[in-house]
Amino acid sequence: MKTGFLFVNILLMASAALADESESGIQLKEGQGKALVAANCTMCHSLDYIQMNGGLLDKSGWQKTVDKMIKVMGAPIKPEDVDPIVAYLAKNYGK
Amino acid sequence: GALVPRIVLAGAASKGLPELPAAVLEALPGKQALIKRSYRPPNFETPVTYFNTQFTPNDAFFVRYHLANIPEVNVQDWKLRIGGESVEKPLEFTLEQLKSRFEAVEIAAVCQCAGNRRGMVRPQVPGIQWGHGAMGNARWKGVRLKDVLNRAGLKKGVLEVVFNAADSGMVAQTPDFAKSLPLAKALDENTLIAFEMNGEPLPHWNGFPARLVVPGWTATYWVKHLTSIDAIAKPFEGYWVKTAYRLPKEAFPMQERFLSQENQMNTPITEMMVNSLITNIESGQRFRLSQSIDLKGIAWDGGYGIQQVEVSIDEGKSWREAVIGNDHGRFSWRQWHFRFKPHKKGSYRLMVKATNRSGVTQPLQLIQNPAGYHHNLVQTIDLQVI
Ligand code: HEC
Repeated sequence: MKTGFLFVNILLMASAALADESESGIQLKEGQGKALVAANCTMCHSLDYIQMNGGLLDKSGWQKTVDKMIKVMGAPIKPEDVDPIVAYLAKNYGK
Repeated sequence: GALVPRIVLAGAASKGLPELPAAVLEALPGKQALIKRSYRPPNFETPVTYFNTQFTPNDAFFVRYHLANIPEVNVQDWKLRIGGESVEKPLEFTLEQLKSRFEAVEIAAVCQCAGNRRGMVRPQVPGIQWGHGAMGNARWKGVRLKDVLNRAGLKKGVLEVVFNAADSGMVAQTPDFAKSLPLAKALDENTLIAFEMNGEPLPHWNGFPARLVVPGWTATYWVKHLTSIDAIAKPFEGYWVKTAYRLPKEAFPMQERFLSQENQMNTPITEMMVNSLITNIESGQRFRLSQSIDLKGIAWDGGYGIQQVEVSIDEGKSWREAVIGNDHGRFSWRQWHFRFKPHKKGSYRLMVKATNRSGVTQPLQLIQNPAGYHHNLVQTIDLQVI
């Protein structure tokens, strides 16, 4: 029999990691543009926002997201950096 | 990186059922290990196992922030300012003054993120990929917002009441998190400025020292770390009301609307939709033919009250009523249980649906909307009897 929720309980007790120390453990996929993404997308939130939305946006979806970060959220991203950022996201975290 | 290895839980593995997003368990300071969705700002959901009790423990209660600049409020310095163009005399209260000058009330209420279960929406939509746990049920104690507003005196023509908080974005250009309520909801006797949760001061991550409690409405209105309350005579323009948290008009059976914020296209999300959850068994579990199976769960809605919970063990062909537990008030969730003895071996597809006192029931097909709000699809799990 699968132990289901009991199993989860044991895991809960075993994990004592503090969340604020753990952000640096996030590893984005290797690829051209990775450093640019890391430099431009960590000012306001951790990079798990990208991983979490991986596989559910196509290139135009990522373009829209990056545009929203700039226009709505106020991300200070240089115009010439937008294309390589979107290309990295579409290639490595695209649908 | 973390010294202790992070733990990855796989989603429900049953064929044909929507997969829960994979989960990593980690603990914020003062919290149990919860399901981490994002580190910064912290977005952590409660594992379903905690929903087997009537009230969700404070240290296991979910955490949701949009913006990462979250100060630890020092209660000595904290003041709540009441103002805006539509109050007669602006006022300020310390926490002690709030507690001593107004009648204290306590309400049991579900606090559920509008995007709870977004991770199970198909086709997928961007945003925090929540599983089942961006919610909790607690006893909230505080003072009535209505009493505080009346002390300041409301002028004629108040349209909305605006709530701002101590947290903010990392750059000034990011829209600050502020919300408004229509006047009627602000004056509802159940809407509270709460400073206690389950008999203890609010945990930092759940809004210390005071948060708004808007029973029946989604958690986006339950502003944490409250600093100011302003009564205004025109629609509030803030991004998190005017643009975010919107639903297509008439898509959902909502009774309480936020009319001053409605436009041609869409309407602010307001009350929670009727919903239910199995809390003690998960998809893929196996049982022996000789065993009887005790299903346990919870059901809740936007404050109309739960009328009945039905369970199907044959994929929705027939339904039987579950036994509903104690009533802790219409804003609290209701526990239920259902016992059955399988009479043959094989796989069983179980379904659960709740109906509220307005006669609204959970849908079998998701009501699509761009942000993936209000996932209240009838839950389905697969069991094996061997
Ligand atoms: C100036 C602030 C800022 C910067 C810089 C920024 N973001 Fe965001 N981002 C936000 C905010 C605020 C949210 C909303 C967070 C929430 O609601 O939990 C968000 C949310 C997101 C989401 C979730 C989906 C959505 O649309 O809400 C994704 C994906 C995302 N950001 C990706 C990025 C990427 C990629 C970059 C860099 C190219 C970036 N962000 C840079 C502020 C920023």
